[in-house]
Amino acid sequence: MRVALFVTCVNDMLYPDTGRATVALLERLGVDVDFPPAQTCCGQPQFNTGYRHETEPLVHRYAAAFEGYDYIVTPSGSCVAMVRENYPRIGAKAAAEGRGDNLAEAAASVVPRTYELTEFLVDVLKVTDVGAYFPHTVTYHPTCHGLRVLGLGRRPLALLEKVGGLRLRELEGAEECCGFGGTFAVKNAAVSGAMGADKTRHIAGTGAAAVCTVDNSCLMHIGGTLAREGSPVRPVHIAEILAATEEHPYPMEEVR
Amino acid sequence: MSGTYLGMPAFPEAAAKSTQDTQLRGNLRHATHTIRAKRAVAVAELEDWPQLRAAGAAVKDRTLRHLDHYLEQLETAVTAAGGVVHWAADAAEANRIVTDLVRATGETEVVKVKSMATQEIGLNEALAEAGIHAYETDLAELIVQLGDDLPSHILVPAIHKNRSEIRDIFTERMGDWGRAAPAGLSDEPADLADAARLHLREKFLRAKVAISGANFMVAETGTLVVLESEGNGRMCLTLPETLISVVGIEKTIPTWQDLEIYLQTLPRSSTAERMNPYTSTWTGTTEGDGPQTFHLVLLDNGRTDTLADTVGRQALRCIRCSACLNVCPVYERAGGHAYGSAYPGPIGAILTPQLRGTASALDASLPYASTLCGACYEVCPVAIDIPEVLVHLRERVVEGGAVTLRGTRAVIKPARGHAAERAAMRAARWTLDHPAALRAGQRLAARTRRLHPARLPGPGRAWSATRELPAVPAESFRDWWQRTRGEGKST
Repeated sequence: MRVALFVTCVNDMLYPDTGRATVALLERLGVDVDFPPAQTCCGQPQFNTGYRHETEPLVHRYAAAFEGYDYIVTPSGSCVAMVRENYPRIGAKAAAEGRGDNLAEAAASVVPRTYELTEFLVDVLKVTDVGAYFPHTVTYHPTCHGLRVLGLGRRPLALLEKVGGLRLRELEGAEECCGFGGTFAVKNAAVSGAMGADKTRHIAGTGAAAVCTVDNSCLMHIGGTLAREGSPVRPVHIAEILAATEEHPYPMEEVR
Repeated sequence: MSGTYLGMPAFPEAAAKSTQDTQLRGNLRHATHTIRAKRAVAVAELEDWPQLRAAGAAVKDRTLRHLDHYLEQLETAVTAAGGVVHWAADAAEANRIVTDLVRATGETEVVKVKSMATQEIGLNEALAEAGIHAYETDLAELIVQLGDDLPSHILVPAIHKNRSEIRDIFTERMGDWGRAAPAGLSDEPADLADAARLHLREKFLRAKVAISGANFMVAETGTLVVLESEGNGRMCLTLPETLISVVGIEKTIPTWQDLEIYLQTLPRSSTAERMNPYTSTWTGTTEGDGPQTFHLVLLDNGRTDTLADTVGRQALRCIRCSACLNVCPVYERAGGHAYGSAYPGPIGAILTPQLRGTASALDASLPYASTLCGACYEVCPVAIDIPEVLVHLRERVVEGGAVTLRGTRAVIKPARGHAAERAAMRAARWTLDHPAALRAGQRLAARTRRLHPARLPGPGRAWSATRELPAVPAESFRDWWQRTRGEGKST
């Protein structure tokens, strides 16, 4: 089984801990994971802002970078949603514009092999107890793309429930968007801020010490709002919780 | 569309203002969350909901593909039943037709039952210019009209008002429009409904002309269908001598049997009711019963242009249930007025820029009035993939491209104001297509990370107004991998 990590541009540049945690977790579970350095970005920021043509070379790049791997695993629900939902659309539109089937073929080759991390653990590795240890109260925010486009369902919760020492707290209004939405956060800053504030109010209401998601982009917005409010709640990617063990605990007390 | 929405600011500016209105946000939050929870229960009762949803979408799609055929069938059936059919290409033509029809009756007052289409074309204002008073009879529309306000929701146009605000509007304004509110009116719903009933009854008994919309038009029989909750619509449809119905051409369905789908999905999606309280149907005229003159004004106003767009046309499936508004987190905070058209919320964000085009700053901003969270698509009873259309329209805004305008294919330029963003996107794409350049940029960002400002200038300022920026780490993942794992070849 040849497994490649797609770390995503956001994780590569801003959240390398999530990538390291994903590698540590997968290796602990016996997966030989590779990182093809030709990878960069799935193109979601461009595509969702309306720049479809700027996305096309990134579809080609993604397909070429991950050619030959059985699985492409990424700790980002929204990037998987981009590949699964929009790559075929981008390919079809290019074909309809008379530019051949090349892009559609590239898209078709990666769609069935691209997995979000919790999907890969539960569906491919068939594991929910990953031997993790995280002795803190945690609440889970299901990100929109993970929830509604990928249909992750209970997979992340099933994994969290098996984490040693972890106490899971239910989040009010969990299924409601946090207000990030990529460039929405900049283009409609007022509404985005209002949504973020409601989300952090609900998070505070759980009394949890940490909030986790399958997406660092949402967590960047939530965490940024928490920090500005002076909240003690820590934003933590689910990969970092699942990677933590008694021997190598997550540095919860450390101020980032 | 309506002149009343002209000159409204782009969505971000309007929403920035309305989002600060805590009373508005409280009213909206309460109303949308209540109806959202009830709808979920009502929908869960039907085991075949996914099949109903698929059938509702399929019937609409098939009808839209052959709309020319069904519209001609409808015209023939309406005419055979004693009605008169008029075709209106745009708002101005529709307003002219209706004004002339009312003038021909010699009346200067008409009663109306809630119609999105007449709101879309600004009919009330056009009639007022011709000296004709149009009285809204739907309770929520009445509140909006008395308050010199605009609707802010498809189904509950006064959703932004709470009952004490409504009591104040009734007390202060009803007397200017007809029978005044009773002295000492309370804000109890029953008392408010009583005051409205007395006020409206006077109008119903006097009116000789009514104007209505329709939820559906059945092509095989020429029958029009209205769904409403109060019975005021039925009064409008049956008491006056002349009935004028103004309906968008996309409301056509082929047969009575097709209606069965929507009579299940529409009430459950909109008001969480198992069965609609008042479902009225009318077919032409019947001697000695109901209006003796019936006119049907078929409104295009951008609909055939929308139909020509293979991605965007799914917006024409919409049955105006407003389920997408009630789940939309953006609508909940911004309110309906920020969308600047008769169609607020997610459906408005994709319908309005198609019907009106994307030339104005407001219309060009609407496709961005969403986080693409997908809640609207999930609840839509006719499966309109609203996020897909939003992104499709964003492309039209920033890249331009081929569209159909008044029946002719045209290539439009990108909307103004996106030059800097486009340049940034191109630069980003170039960097992201050259991993070595990306790595160099990352290393520069890491080396200078202590110099990064806590608050950003330019477009980033909006971000750092309410959120802390993430700190740039000392080492990117890419560099960590190369340092610890070595060999990987860099491209």
